Amino acid sequence: MIALSDYLILGALLFSLSVAGIFINRKNIIILLMCIELMLLAVNLNFIAFSHFSGDMAGQVFVFFILTVAAAEAAIGLAILVVLFRNLNTINVAELDELKG
Amino acid sequence: MNQTMLLIIVLAPLLGSIIAGLFGKQVGRVWSHRAAIAGVSIAFIVSLWVFKLVVVDGETYNQQVYQWLQAGSLSLEIGFLIDSLTAMMMVVVTFVSLMVHVYTIGYMHDDDGYARFFSYISLFTFSMLMLVMANNFMQLFFGWEAVGLVSYLLIGFWYKKPTAIYANLKAFLVNRVGDFGFLLGVAAVLMYAGSLDYVQVFAQAPDIAEQSMIIIAGQEWSVMSVICILLFIGAMGKSAQVPLHVWLPDSMEGPTPISALIHAATMVTAGIFMVTRMSPLFEFSETALSFVLVIGAITALFMGFLGLIQNDIKRVIAYSTLAQLGYMTVALGASAYAAGVFHLMTHAFFKALLFLAAGSVIMALHHEQDIRKMGGLKKYLPITYWTSLIGSLALIGFPGMSGFFSKDSIIEAVHASTIAGSSFAYFAVLSGVFITALYSFRLFFLVFHGQERFEIHDDHKPHETPAVVTVPLILLAIPSVVAGLLVGNMVFGDFFDGAIFVLAEHDVLAHHAENYHGLMAFVLHGLMAPPFWLAVLGVTTAYIFYMKRPDIPEKIQQRFMWLYKVLDNKYGFDDFNDKVFAGGSRRVGRLFWRLGDQILIDGVLVNGSAKTVGMIARVVRHIQSGYLYHYAFAMILGVWLLLTLFVA
Repeated sequence: MIALSDYLILGALLFSLSVAGIFINRKNIIILLMCIELMLLAVNLNFIAFSHFSGDMAGQVFVFFILTVAAAEAAIGLAILVVLFRNLNTINVAELDELKG
Repeated sequence: MNQTMLLIIVLAPLLGSIIAGLFGKQVGRVWSHRAAIAGVSIAFIVSLWVFKLVVVDGETYNQQVYQWLQAGSLSLEIGFLIDSLTAMMMVVVTFVSLMVHVYTIGYMHDDDGYARFFSYISLFTFSMLMLVMANNFMQLFFGWEAVGLVSYLLIGFWYKKPTAIYANLKAFLVNRVGDFGFLLGVAAVLMYAGSLDYVQVFAQAPDIAEQSMIIIAGQEWSVMSVICILLFIGAMGKSAQVPLHVWLPDSMEGPTPISALIHAATMVTAGIFMVTRMSPLFEFSETALSFVLVIGAITALFMGFLGLIQNDIKRVIAYSTLAQLGYMTVALGASAYAAGVFHLMTHAFFKALLFLAAGSVIMALHHEQDIRKMGGLKKYLPITYWTSLIGSLALIGFPGMSGFFSKDSIIEAVHASTIAGSSFAYFAVLSGVFITALYSFRLFFLVFHGQERFEIHDDHKPHETPAVVTVPLILLAIPSVVAGLLVGNMVFGDFFDGAIFVLAEHDVLAHHAENYHGLMAFVLHGLMAPPFWLAVLGVTTAYIFYMKRPDIPEKIQQRFMWLYKVLDNKYGFDDFNDKVFAGGSRRVGRLFWRLGDQILIDGVLVNGSAKTVGMIARVVRHIQSGYLYHYAFAMILGVWLLLTLFVA
């Protein structure tokens, strides 16, 4: 029988991986987007696990909402990425330092 | 006597001043001087009437006219106190002022600042009248400062002349020193008497005299002495007593009419008047009287010496003014207030006369003031010559002239005085007689007799000045001769009873009053007394030195070169003030500028704070890398921090 803690450890691992991906990744902004998606999925996993073990379906309803938002966010993120590439001719994270004052 | 009359006296000159000053361009030169002279004439005539009411009918007046403000128990008012002292001062001030007004028409004829000048001298008359007619310390102080202001404006009347600007600044600053003491004195009066009204303050004088105060720990000082000495410091500034005398010789940079009116006849005597007015206070402080006496004696003796070596006609007379002011101060110190004020009056007439005569000479010689370039003017300027002779004789105290009566009274009073320092003062005033005679007649001989040393412009021989100049000379010469006849009433009589207060043990004049047997006896006694012989000796010496044997003074000068240097440097007062006070304050100023302004304010506060911000920003700037992952890391770090802080 898989315990709740196993699911939570998996979620935490996934989340940590995605955070590390955001920091360590210096190459590609697409990987950045994927990492954000992965973060959301890690959170979803937690939701489902808690929902299942506490017998409350509201958690799983939340997951649907998050998936919808994640899909929309991915669409916007990719659109921004396309515009970014058109303007700067690169999607290399290490070259994107326009936020500097 | 009513309020309207008194208001007319003070306000008529003010109105004249306003018309000449503010509307001088519109009304033109002639109407400017007419307005100013009309104002002063009205003041003079009404003053004469008031004098008659006071002296003949025995009226006095002491009332508040207007209350300026009331703060707690302190009430600042304008009011008039009219008694014999005030009435005499009013007549003297308005008379000399009127003469000077008329004289100015001639003297300032070609000057661009004609209307401005009339405005100033009328304003001066107003201020001086406010000063002498005051019935409280506040108004006295107002008049005191107002005459100081006009004096400043008039010394610097020719404001394009650097020496004049230097002189008026000097006069202003030196007077500040005196006025500071005066203001402290008034404040002390208010503190201990709780009132500024003369009558109320004088009524409390005996009580105040018994109190003492501690200024420096461990030293107890009599309140009355402190008050009187502070007030007298004010008088020292205004009446040019050592060491605050330095401004008066320099004030000769102004036009001659104001040298006569302000810096000889009236304003400089304000200090003498003030001390006389405060006689109920000074009488209770022997210390203050001694102080007054010694300062006066020093001034009378040492300032006279300086007159001996000056070559500027006006400066010689200025130094004689200083010495005569010293005489008056000596009289005050010896409690012979009546004699001091009497000398003030006679001096006002003959010194104004001498100054105006000097101005007449200056005009005739096209503004030449050096007596070495004069001489032999007797036949060209007969009226000026004779009036000058009268003025000089009055100044040296020739028997029968006004100066004789007043000066002899002072000398006798000092002789009888027993207060500390009176023997030195007696010596000083006695030697002063000789010196006065010597320099007065040195001036007189060098200007009017001997060789003609002046330059002749365009074949014009000097000629007598116009009537507007000579008539005032003649009118001033009359009281210079006859004013002395009042000695019986003013000095030995009861003229000043009620206005001047003298304690019985100080009353040196009462002693003389017993021995006074009419004018003739006084004159005859004067002929045998040492002052007369000293004066004769002085005149003779002047005659021998400057008419017969001009080589003698030169030899003396070479023989005593060091003494000449000392006198030429005016005992070093000017150098001392320049180096220590002026230089010192400049150094202090530079120190504050460097330390306070440049280092502390500019360096630390203004630029320092900007630099600190810049330095912090230069470090913090590196955090803003612009890379997404840095910001994301900061966010995560923040979340982690908050979580550990609030959840864990």
